Amino acid sequence: MELNNIEKLLEKYFEAKTSVTEEDTLHKYFSQESVAPHLEQYKDMFQYFKSAKQERFTKEVPIVSEVTAVRKKRFGWYSAAGAVAICAGLYFNQPKTIEDQYSPEEIAAAQEALALLGTNFSKGSNQISYLDEFEKNTTRFIHK
Amino acid sequence: MHQSEFVNIVTPFKDKLFRMAKRLLVSTEEAEDATQEVLLKLWTKQNVIGTYKNVEAFAMTMTKNFCLDRLKSKQASNLKLVHSNYTDENSSLQKQVEASDSVIWVQKIMEDLPEQQKMVLQLRDVEQYDYDEIAEMLEMKPTAVRVALSRARKMVREKLVEKHSYGIK
Repeated sequence: MELNNIEKLLEKYFEAKTSVTEEDTLHKYFSQESVAPHLEQYKDMFQYFKSAKQERFTKEVPIVSEVTAVRKKRFGWYSAAGAVAICAGLYFNQPKTIEDQYSPEEIAAAQEALALLGTNFSKGSNQISYLDEFEKNTTRFIHK
Repeated sequence: MHQSEFVNIVTPFKDKLFRMAKRLLVSTEEAEDATQEVLLKLWTKQNVIGTYKNVEAFAMTMTKNFCLDRLKSKQASNLKLVHSNYTDENSSLQKQVEASDSVIWVQKIMEDLPEQQKMVLQLRDVEQYDYDEIAEMLEMKPTAVRVALSRARKMVREKLVEKHSYGIK
């Protein structure tokens, strides 16, 4: 009688038409020691479901550790932000070029002044060739 | 909301969230992380928690989505590879729970099911929610839940029969 009932329930069970209470009956039936031999194969299934339900979440509810968890999560963002800050710092602190520091007029004036200096300087160095000549001759006299 | 109040709300179903996460992610450590993450998210939503009519279902949906995201992300697939090597090194409680070999078989069979069937089977046969609750949690239609459940159960049966008759037929 009972077995007949169980078989019917099983059939319904596999069609997913059983109610929770009917499934409870099945769970109870299969949790007992002796099960009809031809239903033995289903025993594992129901036993597994039962044992699976015994697993517990052993870690604590993360309220207290909330701050650290958030920190942990944000750590990656902090490092990314740091990298960006360093790059930005390097970019903006690049040594300024002359163009940035002086206006074009100033640069032109400076170039003119330098050119003037250059020509005068080369004039001066031309004069030195006389000195060279002088030096040559004096050494000649001294050696003689 | 006060901390203790939140803990009181969460305590009745946090194990269920964990088991669901573990069903999907397989590894205990990953499931623990996922559960904490979900609880943390729930905690940050404490102000609106009162407006949900079913916090448990909402949390379960969050867990489901979180785990499915994890599975999709590359990170998880890397971890999965690692963890498949470590399945034996789980906590002693688990060993206790999975003591018998044939019971492990069912677990392995369930691991091979498609995710949706896995979840339905978990919610129905392990946690014993009713169809409407499952439909709400998984954002499915109740008829779809039944179909998935029936398929999942039949698949488990088929594999079990195969295993039982191994070497006989």
